[in-house]
Amino acid sequence: MQALMLKQLVTLHIGPIDLQIERGQSIGLYGPSGAGKSLLLRTIADLDPHQGEISLNGVSQLDIPATEWRSRVAYCAAESQWWGAEVRDHLPVGVDNSRITSLLQRCGFGEESLGWSIERLSSGEKQRLSLLRQLIRTPEVLLLDEPTANLDPENSQQIEQLLLQDQQQRGTTILWVSHDRQQLMRCCSCHYPMRQGQLQSPTESNHGDG
Amino acid sequence: METVNLSINQTLVQLSLSDLALAALVILLLMLFSYGSGAGLERKIFFSAIRATLQLLLIGLLLHSLFEHSNLLWVTLLSTVMVLLAGREIQARQQYRLRGGWGYFSGTVAMFLSSMVTALFALLIIIQHDPWYHPQYAIPLLGMLLGNTMNGISLGMDRLTSAIWQQRRIIEARLALGEPSQTAIRPLRDEAIRTGMIPILNAMAAAGVISLPGMMTGQILSGTPPIEAVKYQILILFLIAGGTGLGVMAAVSISSRRFFDTRERLRTERIEPLK
Repeated sequence: MQALMLKQLVTLHIGPIDLQIERGQSIGLYGPSGAGKSLLLRTIADLDPHQGEISLNGVSQLDIPATEWRSRVAYCAAESQWWGAEVRDHLPVGVDNSRITSLLQRCGFGEESLGWSIERLSSGEKQRLSLLRQLIRTPEVLLLDEPTANLDPENSQQIEQLLLQDQQQRGTTILWVSHDRQQLMRCCSCHYPMRQGQLQSPTESNHGDG
Repeated sequence: METVNLSINQTLVQLSLSDLALAALVILLLMLFSYGSGAGLERKIFFSAIRATLQLLLIGLLLHSLFEHSNLLWVTLLSTVMVLLAGREIQARQQYRLRGGWGYFSGTVAMFLSSMVTALFALLIIIQHDPWYHPQYAIPLLGMLLGNTMNGISLGMDRLTSAIWQQRRIIEARLALGEPSQTAIRPLRDEAIRTGMIPILNAMAAAGVISLPGMMTGQILSGTPPIEAVKYQILILFLIAGGTGLGVMAAVSISSRRFFDTRERLRTERIEPLK
């Protein structure tokens, strides 16, 4: 079943782009800086105006309220942003505590980390917590912009495992931007080069989804 | 409101042109200091003083003429011109502003609503002069309300627009987490309203203790008994606080919606940094 479908997607700098991603599939995107990878993710998250059609499980983006769309199609920017004093200020309210605890553990954090001051977090911790705050909300599609860019190999592997586990358990669909081709080979079923706002022919990976 | 016979008015000292020329020496002295210290403000001080003098002479002549022919149409016309000019001033004072007519529209509508409503409330319900629109009351009252609400609204809007521009990445991160646009900028809206209210809150805190407000001082200088002047000052302070609060909230509320489109996307291209 098609989870995400882009049809003749055009913005000022990218497109037209046609893409279909099955439920539970992981698709990689790579290419030089300025190719439009981040812009494509932002556009799918409905953070940038665009023309063309984007649909989720066959329902057009325009028929789903923007806040609901962004909860179901979660975008993780390359550079995480923080506004409150502590980690817990950035987590959604009303979420099952056991899910938060379980995800914290899988990301290598204890429960006490919820009270940590944002100022004392390392960039790697911020990166992992930023991914975690999206996963807590159980999105159907994850749009990841360089999710392990600031992490050491050990933490990168931990994040890859976490994402693959989440994908297998919940059937999450992932669109993954990375400069690390090896990572895309490991984590995605195929990956598309992107140049000058256009998707090129994809390359199959060894990794099998779901 | 009862009428008080102000026989003490006879003690008013009339100012001559030479008195004003002497006062202008203070401005001249300031320009000399500015030149001496290299601050480079001489031209600005000179033109500001000239501009203020001309504007005040003009409004003096207008009021003189309006007092002789108390006419609702003329009072309304002058009030409208004052509101439109204040709207332009709000727009000019902002470091970042909404493109197109929206910045002007938000500030002017907010100021019109707050100042006009507050002035009408004071004229019709509290002062109850006959006729209620008599320019002796209507114009100074509206002028004071506009001056203060304009200050509050421009500070509040400037704060909101600058904060949204500077924190655009944070706002988008919150939107990406599924927050509604107005929730994502809630702290910025609250801060903008606080900023807009600070001058009047400070003025109320300092009134009578650290500073003697201008209106009260003017009335006392022109011979009004201090207690009557104080009563007017209290009335004006309350009206200004109410008008400023309403105006700032309305301006922030109207303009904050313009930063987003119908899909709750932050549209930073609608913000124009002032060159």
